[in-house]
Amino acid sequence: MYRYDEVDARLVRERVEQFRDQTRRFLAGELTEDEFRPLRLMNGLYVQRHAPMLRIAIPYGLLSSAQLRTLADVARRYDRGYGHFTTRQNMQLNWPELAQVPEILAELAEVEMHAIQTSGNCIRNTTTDPYAGVAADEILDPRPWCELIRQWSTFHPEFTFLPRKFKIAVSGSVADRAATQVHDVGLWARRNDEGEIGFTVLVGGGLGRTPMIGEVVRDFLPARHLLTYLDAILRVYNRYGRRDNKYKARIKILVKALTVPGFAAKVEEEWSHLKDGPATLEAGDAERFAGYFSAPAYAKPDASAQEELERTLGAERAFARWFERNVHAQRQAGYYTVTLSLKKTGTPPGDITSEQMEAAADWADRFAHGQLRVSHEQNLLLADIGAGDLFAVWQLAREQGFATPNIGLVTDVICCPGGDFCSLANAKSIPVAEAIQRRLDDLDYLHDLGEISLNMSGCMNACGHHHIGNIGILGVDKNGEEWYQVTLGGSQGNHAALGRVIGPSVARERVPEVVASVLATYVELRHADEAFIDVVRRVGIDPFKEKIYAPHH
Amino acid sequence: MPRIIKDGQLVDDRWIVLRRGELGELPPCADDDDVIVPLDAWLADPAFWSDRPGRCGVWLAPDADLGPAGALVAGLPLLAVDFPVFTDGRGYSIGRLLRERYNFDGELRAIGDVGRDQLQLLWQVGFNAFVIKAGQDVAQSLAGLDCFSEHYQGNYRDPQPLFKRSRPAT
Ligand code: SF4
Repeated sequence: MYRYDEVDARLVRERVEQFRDQTRRFLAGELTEDEFRPLRLMNGLYVQRHAPMLRIAIPYGLLSSAQLRTLADVARRYDRGYGHFTTRQNMQLNWPELAQVPEILAELAEVEMHAIQTSGNCIRNTTTDPYAGVAADEILDPRPWCELIRQWSTFHPEFTFLPRKFKIAVSGSVADRAATQVHDVGLWARRNDEGEIGFTVLVGGGLGRTPMIGEVVRDFLPARHLLTYLDAILRVYNRYGRRDNKYKARIKILVKALTVPGFAAKVEEEWSHLKDGPATLEAGDAERFAGYFSAPAYAKPDASAQEELERTLGAERAFARWFERNVHAQRQAGYYTVTLSLKKTGTPPGDITSEQMEAAADWADRFAHGQLRVSHEQNLLLADIGAGDLFAVWQLAREQGFATPNIGLVTDVICCPGGDFCSLANAKSIPVAEAIQRRLDDLDYLHDLGEISLNMSGCMNACGHHHIGNIGILGVDKNGEEWYQVTLGGSQGNHAALGRVIGPSVARERVPEVVASVLATYVELRHADEAFIDVVRRVGIDPFKEKIYAPHH
Repeated sequence: MPRIIKDGQLVDDRWIVLRRGELGELPPCADDDDVIVPLDAWLADPAFWSDRPGRCGVWLAPDADLGPAGALVAGLPLLAVDFPVFTDGRGYSIGRLLRERYNFDGELRAIGDVGRDQLQLLWQVGFNAFVIKAGQDVAQSLAGLDCFSEHYQGNYRDPQPLFKRSRPAT
């Protein structure tokens, strides 16, 4: 992975000092709350329901074991011994003290970590596919490009005070596993007919109050022009995006107002001045960045280890089930990526304890070249596990409560912190996720249901990406009570779609029953092994609606 | 005399910013005052302003259309960009455009809600003079100019991004 050089490290230290001084001036009354707020947000610090919340950047979801150990240590000493992975591959601490935050940031800086631009109206952490570098369908390793974007976007002097937050996601493979269509800018790697590498550029996706799927503004951008083209997009947005109403300030609203061709034309005009400027990549630049992510030395596939694995899979049913759901074969024969599930019933989705972090860091050192990945689905991944190590990893994962065999299943809930922590929430999300998981505790049934995504947000801000869950659940406020609106048919991936609301919202107690009814209806309607999303696409939402809102007998 | 930050120094300042009143009128000024006038006032009668004994600069609002105006004002000794609130980042793009597209090489001044925590970014996009807002100490604000010793992306002061400058360790 990318290792900081002296300059990266110095910049992070300077940022810590800058923020330390800003915090001091705020506490001394030299900065007003209004002056301090944007500054603290740009350092990932929110004021939440109980305490400040600190969001720590995990650039494109890549972590070293040393970094994870530091997170464990920081969570233990400054917080309550756990952290929360977000849908944007970052980590949130829910209970730090404001006055201690500069100290936390200083400790994080020791392991090349920070909270730079994890909030605020600036360019946020760039996200990507957790299978980068190991996916069979990869066109281009997205990580070097993410690192280029990280450097370009960090402290960008022109784009630090945008109309609203700005999120970029990069997909390097055929299947989009980075939810690029619901980002302000989505980049899809592709090759043109001449074999040249480039990106299809999508703009204007996003969830929140006005969910929209991003649209293509440039079909093929040669990769060497990536940064100047991004400069052009951001400049158009910075100058013309709305600033009078925060709900209309995302780039999607500007794209809509100008129309896609109108917006694209403005970007092209701006780009005509910036194209071929100093940020254009020259021969060797892309290769140098690729070199930071060079593959480990893979051993030749070990036939006996593979046979042994097959035998164990045949003999151990629980292991086989875990292998089926939580293990992905890599393009490197004989190697696998293991997902440590953070979706165990009874634990808030995406939460991880300090002890679990330390254990995972140890396994990363032992089995996975000291690296880990965080997924958009809020799980933790270990890549490059040899066939012969899988059984050992499974046993260790079980001891730490990481081996719930539910990756991609309906209990692999994507969920925001909701009303338990977030001051913007209309409703709680964590207890609802748990109630759903409890209701669906029959593993055979779950596996029979197959791949279904269930996403939940505690309010319209949609941090839990409910619009793009096959089943989406949104907390709403009904006369001061917590109610939930259910959508069906949303999806991420190459053909991202927004779910449709099935009817009036339901009370908290009814949510598990509604989900169960949706699933039962699916089982009735499916042909052979037709997936849930395909059934919803085929029959629409009406059959589901009828079941749920039918008068009870 | 008010003090501002210019080219990294504290200096006395005699420029007066003319902002329109509620009825759209400009406040009175003496003939030999150095004034910074709104863009539309200047565009309406450039000769009037250049014939006065005092010097004249122009200030731009964040939504200023640089279209033809950019080239016209680029010959003035001073341009200012107004920041109604410091979180309104449009002025950063305007600064860069004035410098890089219209080749403005006079004094580029940030006015309005300008404080110490924005100075280095403003400097990087081309501003060289800063009128620090009321309530913040001008002399202490100087420290805001060099919080960071490096920058990743190219900017007006140094167009080369870091990845072009740093060479891989052998
Ligand atoms: S979706 Fe709403 S409740 Fe959930 S974390 Fe985001 S802002 Fe908070």
